[in-house]
Amino acid sequence: MKLSAVRIGKRWLGVLAIVLAIVVWEVIAAGIVRNAFILPSPVDVAYAFQELAETGRLIPDFIDSLIHFGIGLAMALIVGIPLGILMGWSRRCDAFLDPVVELLRPIPPLAWIPFAIIWFGLTAYSAGFVIFVGAVFPVIINTYSGFRSVPRIFVEAGIMLGCTSNVRQIRYIAFPSALPSVASGIRIACGVGWMCLVAAELFGVSNNGLGMSLWLYYNLHRMDCVVVYMILLGLTGLAFDMAFRHYVEKRFLKWRTGEVA
Amino acid sequence: MASLEIKNLNQSFSRDDGSRLVVLDNINLEVKDKEFVCILGSSGCGKTTLLRLIAGLDEAQEGSIIIDGEEIKGQNPKVGMVFQEYSLFPWRTVIDNIAFGLEMKGLGKEERYRVAERYLDLVNLTQFRDSYPSELSGGMRQRVAVVRALTLDPVLLLMDEPFGALDAQTRNMLQKELLDIWEETKKTVVFITHSVDEAVYLSDRIIVITPRPGRICRVFDVGLSRPRDRTSVEFAQVRRTVLDVISQNCSIQ
Repeated sequence: MKLSAVRIGKRWLGVLAIVLAIVVWEVIAAGIVRNAFILPSPVDVAYAFQELAETGRLIPDFIDSLIHFGIGLAMALIVGIPLGILMGWSRRCDAFLDPVVELLRPIPPLAWIPFAIIWFGLTAYSAGFVIFVGAVFPVIINTYSGFRSVPRIFVEAGIMLGCTSNVRQIRYIAFPSALPSVASGIRIACGVGWMCLVAAELFGVSNNGLGMSLWLYYNLHRMDCVVVYMILLGLTGLAFDMAFRHYVEKRFLKWRTGEVA
Repeated sequence: MASLEIKNLNQSFSRDDGSRLVVLDNINLEVKDKEFVCILGSSGCGKTTLLRLIAGLDEAQEGSIIIDGEEIKGQNPKVGMVFQEYSLFPWRTVIDNIAFGLEMKGLGKEERYRVAERYLDLVNLTQFRDSYPSELSGGMRQRVAVVRALTLDPVLLLMDEPFGALDAQTRNMLQKELLDIWEETKKTVVFITHSVDEAVYLSDRIIVITPRPGRICRVFDVGLSRPRDRTSVEFAQVRRTVLDVISQNCSIQ
């Protein structure tokens, strides 16, 4: 009983902080700055949200952004997980691929935008490509380190039970053992990919999109609408992260509760 | 017929400075069918190396290992192994751990669960069927590990100090249970330990190995009837004989 009382108390503490932040923002914007172009107040933003909702462009914005993000993340998983597995499982593959990966990794994803346009044109795929570049490396690195740290004893126990081929050892032993690390790589990739979204939509690959609209309203000097898109981007990213954690941990990583980390 | 024959086995590792470290020196051993043999030795005497060679996890440099009339190269389905550390797959439930070998063999879900449940029953862990290893005590985990190694019906069961990490009471209990399982399934067992008490309690024969280089120093026939009473005079006598010989002839330099 006491525990849940404390938990509720803590939750309200968090809500209180958010309310306070909004109040402070309102005071500064409406009382001190008094210029909706430089700093729109929460009230301005609320009206802007209502206005945008009435235009009906928020849903298409969402859908287009999800398509860009989905393309990028899916490609990152399709390319990153097998690469990470190869490099983590075979020393030879690691020695072969590691230099290339390490050379490409420090190039900022946004530096790929010119080639994204040349290769894929102004399509959803070029936005997806930029997101892919941001998301693929966390997937590779975490899959790699998960496979590298598979305890030898599990592999040997498997061998004694007839799990002798490489493919089977990867599928039945290394992959499940590495899954927590792979999952956290995907989570990081989601975060990085989402961050790349705004820039990926900047160069006009679509008529809609959260990032695209953010730039559009900036050009129209509607900073209140820009803030609406900023908040939507933030909340969507948060929702992804929470849904992912909730789903993956309940579904795939149940065995880890009670394991000593 | 002998379940296990080891002939002129030699094994050495090269050290960083280029010299050779002889780990096993001319090991010859014969284990009869359904015999329970303990290999007794201090840590570093090469007993785990010997077991890994028998298991086919490492390859012998010299000599031969014959299991059930067949010289082995690499892993052999006739051999089951229980490891010293916890080796259950933490991402699989108890039943799926036990059924792993059967799954690798290609058995359908229903059939492998049927077999696995029988083994689960053998160690009285039916109520933990769907638990994960992290939810079990150390003793329960090793019980599961023992039956997991038995599911493929091996001729030879290798055990590498399987109860070494357990407390004394649990250990005694598991030793007794192991003997019950052995009586029931009648496997040939090669059991590694550094505890004289454990060796005398469990085995038909005790093989004492001395380190650097690993050599068979002495072989004892225990010759006590089962069930054995640790507190009996006869038990104490065998223990003393073994301990005396170890300290006089098989001492560690």
